[in-house]
Amino acid sequence: MGNFPILSLMLLVPLVAALACIYMDAKAARMTALAATLINLALGAVLWANFDIGGLQWQFTERVELFAGFSWALGIDGIALMLIVLSVFLMPICIAASAAIEKRVGEYMAAFLLMETLMIGVFAAQDLFLFYIFFEAGLIPMYLIIGIWGGDNRIYAAYKFFLYTLLGSVLMLIAMLWMANEAGTTDIPTLMAYDFDPGVQKWLWLAFFASFAVKMPMWPVHTWLPDAHVQAPTAGSIILAGVLLKMGGYGFIRFSLPMFPEASAQFVWLIFALSMVAVVYTSLVALVQHDMKKLIAYSSVAHMGIVTAGAFAFNVQGLEGSMIMMLSHGLVSGALFLSVGIIYDRLHTREIDRYGGLSINMPHYALFFMLFTMASIGLPGTSGFVAEFLSLAGIYKVSTWAAFVCTTGIILGAAYMLYLYARVAFGVQKNADAARMPDLDKRELAMVVPLALAVLWMGVYPESFLAPMRADIAALDARIARAAPEGDSRLKMGKPKSAPHQANAAHGGAH
Amino acid sequence: MTSILAIVFLPLLAAIVGGLGNRALGNTVVKMLTTGALFVSCALSWPIFLTFLGGDVEATVVPVLHWVTSGDMSFDWALRVDALTAVMLVVITSVSALVHLYSWGYMEEDPDQPRFFAYLSLFTFAMLMLVTADNLVQMFFGWEGVGLASYLLIGFWFRKPSASAAAIKAFVVNRVGDLGFMLGIFGTFLVFGTVSIPEILAAAPSMAGSSIGFLGYRVDTMTVLCILLFIGAMGKSAQLGLHTWLPDAMEGPTPVSALIHAATMVTAGVFMVCRLSPMFETAPIAMGFVTFIGAATCLFAATIGTTQWDIKRVIAYSTCSQLGYMFFAAGVGAYGAAMFHLFTHAFFKALLFLGAGSVIHAMHHEQDMRYYGALRKEIPFTFWVMTAGTLAITGVGILGIFGFAGFYSKDAILEVAFASGSETGRFAFWAGVGAALLTSFYSWRLVFLTFFGKPRWAASEHIQHALHDAHGHDAHDTHGHGNEAENAPAQEDAGHDVAHAHGADAHEGTGGYHPHESPLSMLVPLGLLAVGAVFAGYLFHHAFIENEAFWNGAIFYNEHLIHAMHEVPLLVKLSATIVMLLGFTIAWYGYIRNTSFPAAVAEQLGPVYRFVYRKWMFDELYDVVFVRPAFWIGRQFWKIGDIGIIDRFGPNGAAWAVAQGSTYARKIQSGYLNSYALVMLLGLVGAVSWVIAG
Repeated sequence: MGNFPILSLMLLVPLVAALACIYMDAKAARMTALAATLINLALGAVLWANFDIGGLQWQFTERVELFAGFSWALGIDGIALMLIVLSVFLMPICIAASAAIEKRVGEYMAAFLLMETLMIGVFAAQDLFLFYIFFEAGLIPMYLIIGIWGGDNRIYAAYKFFLYTLLGSVLMLIAMLWMANEAGTTDIPTLMAYDFDPGVQKWLWLAFFASFAVKMPMWPVHTWLPDAHVQAPTAGSIILAGVLLKMGGYGFIRFSLPMFPEASAQFVWLIFALSMVAVVYTSLVALVQHDMKKLIAYSSVAHMGIVTAGAFAFNVQGLEGSMIMMLSHGLVSGALFLSVGIIYDRLHTREIDRYGGLSINMPHYALFFMLFTMASIGLPGTSGFVAEFLSLAGIYKVSTWAAFVCTTGIILGAAYMLYLYARVAFGVQKNADAARMPDLDKRELAMVVPLALAVLWMGVYPESFLAPMRADIAALDARIARAAPEGDSRLKMGKPKSAPHQANAAHGGAH
Repeated sequence: MTSILAIVFLPLLAAIVGGLGNRALGNTVVKMLTTGALFVSCALSWPIFLTFLGGDVEATVVPVLHWVTSGDMSFDWALRVDALTAVMLVVITSVSALVHLYSWGYMEEDPDQPRFFAYLSLFTFAMLMLVTADNLVQMFFGWEGVGLASYLLIGFWFRKPSASAAAIKAFVVNRVGDLGFMLGIFGTFLVFGTVSIPEILAAAPSMAGSSIGFLGYRVDTMTVLCILLFIGAMGKSAQLGLHTWLPDAMEGPTPVSALIHAATMVTAGVFMVCRLSPMFETAPIAMGFVTFIGAATCLFAATIGTTQWDIKRVIAYSTCSQLGYMFFAAGVGAYGAAMFHLFTHAFFKALLFLGAGSVIHAMHHEQDMRYYGALRKEIPFTFWVMTAGTLAITGVGILGIFGFAGFYSKDAILEVAFASGSETGRFAFWAGVGAALLTSFYSWRLVFLTFFGKPRWAASEHIQHALHDAHGHDAHDTHGHGNEAENAPAQEDAGHDVAHAHGADAHEGTGGYHPHESPLSMLVPLGLLAVGAVFAGYLFHHAFIENEAFWNGAIFYNEHLIHAMHEVPLLVKLSATIVMLLGFTIAWYGYIRNTSFPAAVAEQLGPVYRFVYRKWMFDELYDVVFVRPAFWIGRQFWKIGDIGIIDRFGPNGAAWAVAQGSTYARKIQSGYLNSYALVMLLGLVGAVSWVIAG
């Protein structure tokens, strides 16, 4: 690839297309948006293909000094690569899922394309303030998408979304300013190796936590998510669940852990406690929902609980599980929201009880919905299992309690998802209008088939996704190892039969 | 051994092609494809098993694909074949192939056949992945895969709310067990640093006596790991406490019950304990737990089996009970005996289920035995194979000469439990003897109610419907074969009265209905399974129980125990036969000789009878303790937690505060000079006092 600025190009393509879309009529805007996102998908594939696994930690770096130490610095490691690939993969699906949008199509497409630029920017930024700008600016198009093209109660949802997410980010900005001043640099890779004073780390960690916890979202700052999802148009939900929620997890892994290892260790109890509550609490809430989108939104919060707990398990399995969970959840929840959108477009209701017996008139739909349901439940062979299994195995090493409570999510998850599936796809066709709905058309198949294949690929051969991240996760694990909390398992050898003095040493590393 | 690739992946291929091809390929093509794949798998499996019977064959592992590497955790997709796998291979592929064939006849009028056959093949693939697993994670893959197939097949007739509910129940209850299984895998990985089964088994003895922290307690490492893994087995194998899904699973079509809920999937737990037997051997307390749960289940389930009227439920509880036998055999250390009972049980229980299916088919989907009777002459072939199955399950045989399959396996289990000498072993022996009595009773009760006595068909709604269809418009084709156990969709037409008239006249008890023997595609599997039920015990008991060379390290082989087993008193050896005869006699007296006797006994026992009849109230208990509270708490969290507290004091509170704040701000900016002056004065006083105090 040489020094070709492919990352800048990936930021530029959707940006230019966004500007063009504003001035276009509906049809042209759709085509332009689709073309731009497909170009970016191709660029993403090129990026992945040219990423040198085992090479430099930061690849495709670009750097232009702008002013006052602020620089246009881009570059990715394996973690960022995977999240960028996820983003560019979901974008064409979002555009294709927007066929039902008829109001101000040009602006709508522009908002989505702008969002794509900002998302890629978040994952590619290597400058602290550049990251901040992308991170916060992402709020604006999402705010507009919910507020303009949303459902009946869109203003409340948009306001709630904005209020929550802005609140956290103010604190993060203050922390960033302090850090830049202290370390004398805004370069993220440098900061990732900078040792802040453990006493200060605590406050910096909390400031970042305020922002990332809202983005995740973690309990109890999760209540914006169900409303935002319910009101957002289908594509908005896909991108919100698929990528925007991943920014919080990415933030924890990119900033909180490597920059403040001691503080992270100190607050493990907080993360674990909130994650455990999230898994159980939101799963139970999901069980009693009547609105499909709300149900899936609550299930997202539960899944994100596994992400946060896994990330703070201070071991490789936890971190990799956490990353795979983000990728998997990006695909699966995106696919689930798409599945909801597909039937919403036909019947214009998200009320679960208005459906029923869809396996009869929509067998293909029922098949894919089943697959995505199973992936959400974490059935082995799908991406969800690899994610859950690795995270929970990592969590178990630190805390058996946290692992136990988080693993109850596999029971509750099965309960609410299968209950949903049964009410939608099983039973008799009790509603005549639902019974008349046609099965998936070609456009819809073109959206769900790639998602289904990706979900299975990640379940059967996750190595493709783990390999690019391996070195980065290992480096992170080594970085935070010094602060790693001791697990509660503490294996003690009893009545050693041979070599009594070595037994403890040999297994000391097992905790 | 590369044929194992074909054995495992042909069913998958057939499932994918058949499932996706579905209507495009048509019924016959999909059925031929899936059934053909299974017969090929079966044909390839038997030679492997026979090779192992020769003794001293080494295990082989065929790698397929790398799966996951994460830090020091790494596992692959791979197919392991050893004696234990070989046993499971023949059980799975044989029963599955026969069930596929049987389903040609049984499901003939179902509109959705390709889907059914694809699910069956998918199940077989997952089960084969489970038994060929070389690491715990692949075993878990198979474990969950069969769970999925079971869910899909229980809910196959998804229009019925009861089928859909039973499917969810099966999956969720199994997930409770899986919680234990997953934690067990995590703990095992933490302790041994690997999930590879051979490596874990090799390292297990060195961990004996070590301790580990778990949920705040310090416990014996191997005990907690084995119990956690066993909780997984309890879910899959429907053991006491996690058994509630199995009877409900009978909502699925009967071939499914035979394959999944009798012969193969439910035995996965037994297989797991045997596969990990060297690990369980290091944890005596866990072994005691396994024995106790197995023994308790075998007796408990048998009591319920004696009271049920639904022919499939009787057999379902019987399965639950027989699985208990297998577990306590494993629990006392006789893994060979456990596997042997698994092996023989697969044949005779599949036979009984498929036989019941044949009866149900003949009786137009009536499952209540109260509406059977006198079917011996109507469907003689079914009668004879069911009798063979009953002789096998009740363990009929003469010591040292010949016996039906269950005679060898059940007797071996009882003897070994007695010989183990432990407290729990003794308990298991007595529970096993008690259950053998009940087994004999309920099995013969089933045969007598179904095949003997007078016809009681006329009162059956299903039979009424059948007559009504035949006499009214010929609506048979469009009609309720998709609705086993449920009334076929009401067809209100003029034929109704005709049918009633028929029921009332000369054909006493039969209502003028003539049951027909099932088609050949159903009778051939029945015949073949009957051969297994008759001879499997006689042919293979030596290899399974006494031949260490056959197992060749695939399971933990306790030679001392096998030796002690031969030394048990004669009365112990005869105990199973004695209670079997006793059970037969009671059933004969109650259901042939004096048919008012059972009702009188039930009347006498009153509340006890009702308690057992209602399955010890487990469903009611779980509903009150788990299901309702989960929904109730969910609603509270949502309405009070999210809306009432978080939103109220969070975003809405913030909005309210801003609104209030602006109101105050407006009031403050009153424009009155004196109030401004007052504020300035207060500020000045405050500032000055702060400076002075500071």
